[in-house]
Amino acid sequence: MTLAGTWRLRHQRYQLQGEVCEKCGSLIFPPRDVCPECEAPAKTPYTFSGRGEVYSYTTVYHPPAGFEEDAPYTVALVRLEEGPMVTAQLTDVDAEQVEIGMPVEMVTRRISAEGEEGIITYGYKFRPVLRRTRG
Amino acid sequence: MSEVEVLKPDRPVGIVGYGAYVPRYRLPAEEVARVWSGGHGRTPITEKSVPGLDEDTVTIALEAARNALARAGDVDRAQIRAVWVGSESHPYAVKPTSTIVAEAIGATPATQAGDWEFACKAGTEAFQAAVGFVGSGMARYAFAIGADTAQARPGDALDYTAAAGGAAYLLGPADESLAVIEASYSYVTDTPDFWRRAHQHYPSHGGRFTGQPAYFHHITNAARGLMEAMGTRPEDYTYAVFHQPNLKFPRTVARRLGFTPEQIAPGLLVDRIGNTYAASSLIGLTAVLDQARPGDRILLVSFGSGAGSDAISLRVTDAIDERRDRAPRTEDYIARRKPIDYATYARQRRLYVMK
Ligand SMILES: [Zn+2]
Repeated sequence: MTLAGTWRLRHQRYQLQGEVCEKCGSLIFPPRDVCPECEAPAKTPYTFSGRGEVYSYTTVYHPPAGFEEDAPYTVALVRLEEGPMVTAQLTDVDAEQVEIGMPVEMVTRRISAEGEEGIITYGYKFRPVLRRTRG
Repeated sequence: MSEVEVLKPDRPVGIVGYGAYVPRYRLPAEEVARVWSGGHGRTPITEKSVPGLDEDTVTIALEAARNALARAGDVDRAQIRAVWVGSESHPYAVKPTSTIVAEAIGATPATQAGDWEFACKAGTEAFQAAVGFVGSGMARYAFAIGADTAQARPGDALDYTAAAGGAAYLLGPADESLAVIEASYSYVTDTPDFWRRAHQHYPSHGGRFTGQPAYFHHITNAARGLMEAMGTRPEDYTYAVFHQPNLKFPRTVARRLGFTPEQIAPGLLVDRIGNTYAASSLIGLTAVLDQARPGDRILLVSFGSGAGSDAISLRVTDAIDERRDRAPRTEDYIARRKPIDYATYARQRRLYVMK
């Protein structure tokens, strides 16, 4: 993707910012400015919680160019708790631990870096929900 | 020398939210010893945290900042007028870490953003500046973050301890705070104990010189300077947190200053996560706040090579009890632990030459 293209997507990538349809209330991610449900224009920003669960997944052992350093890694379809489905890498998890229905949460990580000299692209990935103890 | 005066803002300032982050991976010190010393010799800690392949100072600072915001509650992002990140491992030589963090937390565009450098003191240096920025009335809220993915020369003494982690503090008005800043004091000299020249991968250090004239001299003088000026004594503090490059130094300096092992234990994380550099003392403070009670007093003393220390005296407020569990505790991150061997460590730290 071009520098300008990556830059324009920064709110979507850093904050999981999509849109809400003012007409029918649908929550939209990724943002597309038109409601997929009722076809009304939808440009009001909506920030998703980042919580969801794994809907399906696959582990990539032979990555496309630019992602060799990360292999093997798992890509999942994550259903956000607000409804939309997102495709993203899972992180901080071993491939054999992943299962359908696993609760995950959004984190911001390095997505790619153009060699040693280029720009570093940050964006959303999902990890297993951090186990918490309360005192 | 004239009498020491402590630093104190015009308006009372405190910590509105705090947050920590520790990566998932751990390199046991025994692994370093196995590869570099035939398994011989004493190791300075048990294990250190190692960043994943997709982590760096930006991602670490960001998760810590998000945790701080979760604890702070309903903070208007437009009122965050500074996002300052202290680190010695900013991902870019030119291009701020802080603008990326500020954008991701929604604090842009009407904000200061800047990266601070002062070895392991960069985080508390940003903290001191944020106290001043809020205390002067220029900002309602200001972020001070310490985060690092520290690199050491493979096999060097620091290879056992150079770790990754972050801690973020949202400074704001004292009446909204979970801990108020009572006073602070900074002590700095030109002392060449540790450095890294431009374009060098690994730092150099002065070996034994890093101890007495560097770490101990600065921490002791900063802590004594602050306590003498405030009229406080070690027994007035429930907890104390010192910069922790290894287990021995903070224990020794605590004893010399008159603090007990019990006072420093809750904030002494180095044995299990390593030296997180600019986050080291600040992440210790997050673990203390995770268990502190209203009214507790805390002494925090950082150290950065080059060299200097910031000493900060805090008092915990009633707000701690309701905010603490709005974000993961530091122990939750420490408990999330995947040990790796040295070969995997070398891959995750990109030590293999790929082309
Ligand atoms: Zn609609």
